[in-house]
Parts: sequence; C-alpha cells; structure tokens
Amino acid sequence: MATFRSHVLVCGGTGCTSGGSDKVLETLREGIKANGLDKEITVVQTGCHGMCEAGPIVIVYPEGTFYTHVKPQDAKEIVTEHLLKGRVVERLLYKEAMHSEAVPHYNELPFYSKQVRLTLRNCGYIDPDSLEEYIARDGYQALAKVLTEKTPEQVVEDMKTSGLRGRGGGGFSTGMKWMFCAKSPGPKKYVICNADEGDPGAFMDRSLLEGDPHAIIEGMAIGAYAMGADEGYIYCRAEYPLAIKRLLKSIGDAEEAGLLGENILGTGFNFTLHVKEGAGAFVCGEETALMNSIEGKRGMPRPRPPFPAIKGLWEKPSNINNVETWANVAQIMFHGPEWYANYGYEKSRGTKVFALTGKVNNTGLVEVPMGTTIREVVFDIGGGIIGGKKFKAVQIGGPSGGCLTEEHLDLPISYESLTAAGAIMGSGGLVVVDEETCMVDMARFFLEFTQRESCGKCIPCREGTKKMLDILIRITEGKGREEDIDNLIYLGTQIKTASLCGLGQTAPNPVLTTLRYFRHEYEAHIREKRCPAGACKALITITIDPAKCVGCTKCTKACPVKAISGTVKQPHLIDQDLCIKCGACVEVCPFKAIDKK
Amino acid sequence: MPKINNLEELKKLREKSITETAARKEGKFRVIIGLGTCGIAAGGRKIMEAAMEEISKRGLKDVSVETTGCIGMCQNEPLMDIVRPGEPRVTYGNLKPEDVPRIIADHLVNGNVVEEKVIGRPE
Repeated sequence: MATFRSHVLVCGGTGCTSGGSDKVLETLREGIKANGLDKEITVVQTGCHGMCEAGPIVIVYPEGTFYTHVKPQDAKEIVTEHLLKGRVVERLLYKEAMHSEAVPHYNELPFYSKQVRLTLRNCGYIDPDSLEEYIARDGYQALAKVLTEKTPEQVVEDMKTSGLRGRGGGGFSTGMKWMFCAKSPGPKKYVICNADEGDPGAFMDRSLLEGDPHAIIEGMAIGAYAMGADEGYIYCRAEYPLAIKRLLKSIGDAEEAGLLGENILGTGFNFTLHVKEGAGAFVCGEETALMNSIEGKRGMPRPRPPFPAIKGLWEKPSNINNVETWANVAQIMFHGPEWYANYGYEKSRGTKVFALTGKVNNTGLVEVPMGTTIREVVFDIGGGIIGGKKFKAVQIGGPSGGCLTEEHLDLPISYESLTAAGAIMGSGGLVVVDEETCMVDMARFFLEFTQRESCGKCIPCREGTKKMLDILIRITEGKGREEDIDNLIYLGTQIKTASLCGLGQTAPNPVLTTLRYFRHEYEAHIREKRCPAGACKALITITIDPAKCVGCTKCTKACPVKAISGTVKQPHLIDQDLCIKCGACVEVCPFKAIDKK
Repeated sequence: MPKINNLEELKKLREKSITETAARKEGKFRVIIGLGTCGIAAGGRKIMEAAMEEISKRGLKDVSVETTGCIGMCQNEPLMDIVRPGEPRVTYGNLKPEDVPRIIADHLVNGNVVEEKVIGRPE
C-alpha cells in the first residue's frame, strides 16, 4: 500500500456484486490507468454498505461523494468527470425517495444519519481482505490490551458490565454465558461462532462476515482467552461462499501475522480457529444441533441440560455466540464496557443490526441503538412504504418472531418490549408489510418454512407444525372451518411448550401473533370466503367494469394466459376459468377499470 | 505479511496503516486543485503532482488533496485553494509547479498567506 490522494470504494457485498459491482470495479481501474491516475488514486473493494437497494455503490474519498446504481458505463464517466476533472456526476447521486433532491455526501444521507453504526463501523469502509486496513481502524488493539493488561476473570466481568446480550435472538447475557463456560472445569474448551444464518430476509451476519471478518476473529480470540479455550470453530452455511472465502483468507492472514496460532503477540496465549461449512439446514442454527453437525453427526438438537458450557462440542465445555455478538466484543474491550453500556434502552444495551426488507423504500442493513422506535426504523431510515401505500405491520424476528402493527410503531425496540408485544428480537430480520399483504398468507409462508426445516426428532414440532400448516393452507384456499382458529391456537400453544428446541418452540409465533392482531382477517377468510388484502388467489375474482373500460386492449396484451377477450374500443371480458389471478391486467389498466376483490 | 511479535510492532503497523488510509476522510487541512478543462489545459495536473510530492516529502498528516471543477476564473488557472481549520479558504492563481512548495510550507504548514499569489478569498 502506498499513499494515495483519493480512495474510490466499491461495494463488494453480495447484493452489489450481483448487481455487477465487480465489472464496475474493473472499469474504474482500467479508466484510472488509461488516464494516468493510477499513482494518485486507488480503488478498494469493501464489504456491504447496508444500502443494498441503491447498489452497486461507489464512494469517492476524501470528499465522501456517494454514487448509487453505478453501471460500468457510469464508472467511465466517474473517471473522466469526477476523478480527472473534479466534477461531481450529479445524476448518479443518491436521491431521497420522498424528495427528488440529490444528496452528495455519504454522512448526510438520511438513511445513515439516524443510524449508530458500531458493529457495522468497518463494513463498507475498509477492504475486508486487508489485515492492515483493519489494524488502521484499531484492529487487534483490544486483543493486545486484553492479553497484556487483563486477567480472564476481568474480561468476563467487563462483558457483564457492558450489558451485551445474545444477538442471535436469545438475548441471554453474554457475560453470564462466558462466566458459566469459564467456571466449567476441564483442560480443553471450545469457542464457537454461529454463522448459520437461515431466516428468510436476514443477512446481517453475512454482511458482517463479508465486510469485517477480522472483527469476528478478534472477538473470538478475546473470548477464548476469557474462557480458557484454545480452539474455535466458525460454523458458516455453505450458501455464503463469499463470507467463507473472506473468512479463510482473514484467518490465514492473521495466522501469518501471529495474531492467531501459538504464543500470540509474545504473550504465551494460543488460539487456533477453524471454519466449518454447514449444509444449509435451518435447525443447525440451534446450538446443540450445530455442535452435532461440527462433530460430523446429523444436525439434530440434543436435550439441555447438560448445557454446552458443561458438555458441548465433543463433550467439552463450549461457548457459542452469534456473529453479531462476537463482532461487538473487540470494541467493548477497546473502548471499555461503560462506553458500550452508554447506548441502549433499559435492560437492552448497545445497538442492534436489522435487515430491513419487504415493502419499504430503502431496503438494506440498518444499525440503531436499542430503544429506537419501529417508526424511526421504517419511516425515517427506511424511507416509508413503497408507492406511498399504507403501512400494515412488521414481521420482526423472522419465522420465529411475530408481527407488530400500527399501534406498536412508537414502541422502543428492546428484548423485553418486543417479547411483551408477542414478537421477539430474533436475529434481526425486519420485514415490512403493506395493505396488500394478507396476514394469513404471510403466517402460512413462515410456517411452511419452519415446517420444512423441522428436523423431525420431536413429535410436537414434526407433527404439530404439519397440522397447523394444513389448516392454514385450507383457510387461504377458502375451505376454512369455524373451529380452525381455536385449533390453531391450541396446537400453537402446545407446540411452543412441548418442543425440544428453539425451532419448534418459536415456530407457531407468526400464526399466534397474526391471530392476536389480525383475527378479523382469518375470520373473513373462513366465514365470508374473502381475502381482505386481495392476495389469496382462491378467494379473489378479477373483473372488468364495462362502464369504465374503453377497449384500449392493454390488458389483453398483458395477460399471460390469454384470458381476456374483446374487440378494440369495446369493453373487454375476463374468462374466469382461464384467469390465474396474477393481477397483471390490474397493473396496466390506465383507466382503473379492472377490479380485484 | 511479516509476523507481529509484540505490542510495539503492532503499534508501528497501526500507525503506518492509518497514514495509508487517511485519504478516506476529509483532512483537517485541505488542498484543492482546479481540474476543470481549463485547469487541465493550463497545467493543473502538474500543480497537483507538485502538491502531493511536497506533502509526502514533508510527511504531512491530515491533509487531503482534492480536485474541483471550473469555478469561472479560467484566465487565472491553474488554481489551488488552501483551507486550514477555522480559517477562510484562500485561492491562489497563475501558479507554476515551483510555486507550490512555498505555498505549502508558508501557508499550509505555518499559516502565513503568500499574498502575491492570492487571487481571491471566496468567503
């Protein structure tokens, strides 16, 4: 590395890469070389910036100019205009959804200005493949401080003081968890990182692993020191090839630099780290199933107790934390536990990363202090609902979580407040739902997922979720029976109490919370055979209002199954036997003559 | 990468890495070169190279070298602005590469404006 006057950062997260950011990077490098700028400007590939909706993203430093939706031909223009002539390419600047004003600078974007990015501080700012860049951001300083200035007991105490709680969803005090493992006798112990992120719509762990892998490695080394472990595993699903690639590269670099391995920094502390690829079973995110999988057994949960802190991986005391939890450790040790505890709300300290998806303008990765309201996340940071439609609910916590409605918009986010409202913090998936989403159908979608992922070891989960799913499918097809709602509640409650592991214990949550807040939608399906949101295909009919139709034939062309007939300038007609209710005609009709009910 | 054996070596590597990534935030001190078509034609790039060379020769920290487009004073190009924290931005014009080391030394480092080369103080 040499000193350059300008650094051009190109996002290399999975979202931007699939949008073609590698081509953009190549074009920038070629353009810079062709214009003789390669001695003064460098191009760096970074991890995810979080604003995936606007990708591929390019940021030009030192000014911090933020370019969005950059295509290779735009990259050429950035080189010839901005880099060569100092002129900002206005048309590529981020434009806020609500106003059309262009926002030139990274830190002025409303999407970022409301966030507090502690865990994500390096994501999108450094080259994740460069150990030097991590070190420039105080990397491995915390490990050095801990190894030379603190006893393992002090580290555990600090973790307790910080108030950090499990970010994978459980919300158990990390310091307490570490203490159990530290006190557990035995010469051999393990630390494990749970990177088996499988919730639909969740991608915070992936972004962290891809954008700042050394932070997780450093956190695990600190944890290993505190608990007396000398070996660690990162269990990462094989569907995250980029994360695995960057992890392996970072572990290799850290070993070469003597930051992993034997006698780290000359202190006599030893720690080796392995990556274990999972085969993509959702249940392997459950800690005991995950450990079975590392051991080469079938990924099924074991009954607890004994807890992993007593008998974990290969029956040795083990501690398992989620990616986001580990990513916070080094910063807590570097800045001190009080610094971390300063952020937050009541018993939930620090910040939380959410994957914001669904019917919201700015989908992406968002980090806010605990205590931020859902309204701030969805409307201020998320930029509101797409197309100005009406907000209906958020599904928080993925398939294990629940939905919250408009009345909860001003609820400060914390482990306790979400649980009280029937949802859970979960790993941090936040799916925004608008008026056109059917809540019964959404509950069916999540239950279908957990049902498919149920490992089958215990009966309540294996059989119970199947029965619940059968009922939900029946309701969405218009064949619901009066007793279905009671049966769903009965089954759901039983499955929650009787299942062996977290998967079954939380699987009914989406059904139970939608029943709690949107019971009228279930009743409309069952009693009136009507889907109020107009989403369940079996319950809607699409018709053309002959009084409004002018016979423009647009719908005929849009219909994929040729179900619409009629002559030009005459009202058209939909053949209900052929119609697949896709709604394509509704979208294209310029006269709003087509009704979906 | 060479092995980091102790805290001292980690500290050194950190300082080196910080310098190398310093361009990722706006420095407290700024040197801004006019590189519109007019600036390029008048030799602005040579001015920029001279500025970068002087900054690295002196090992100056917290200085960002930025570019800007045409500001409408094409007849005075090449232009170079110096911004020191808390002080007004000063624009120098009609520069030759050999003027640059003096402006960097007198103004950027020591805070004495090189009056004979100043063509404007926009704010």
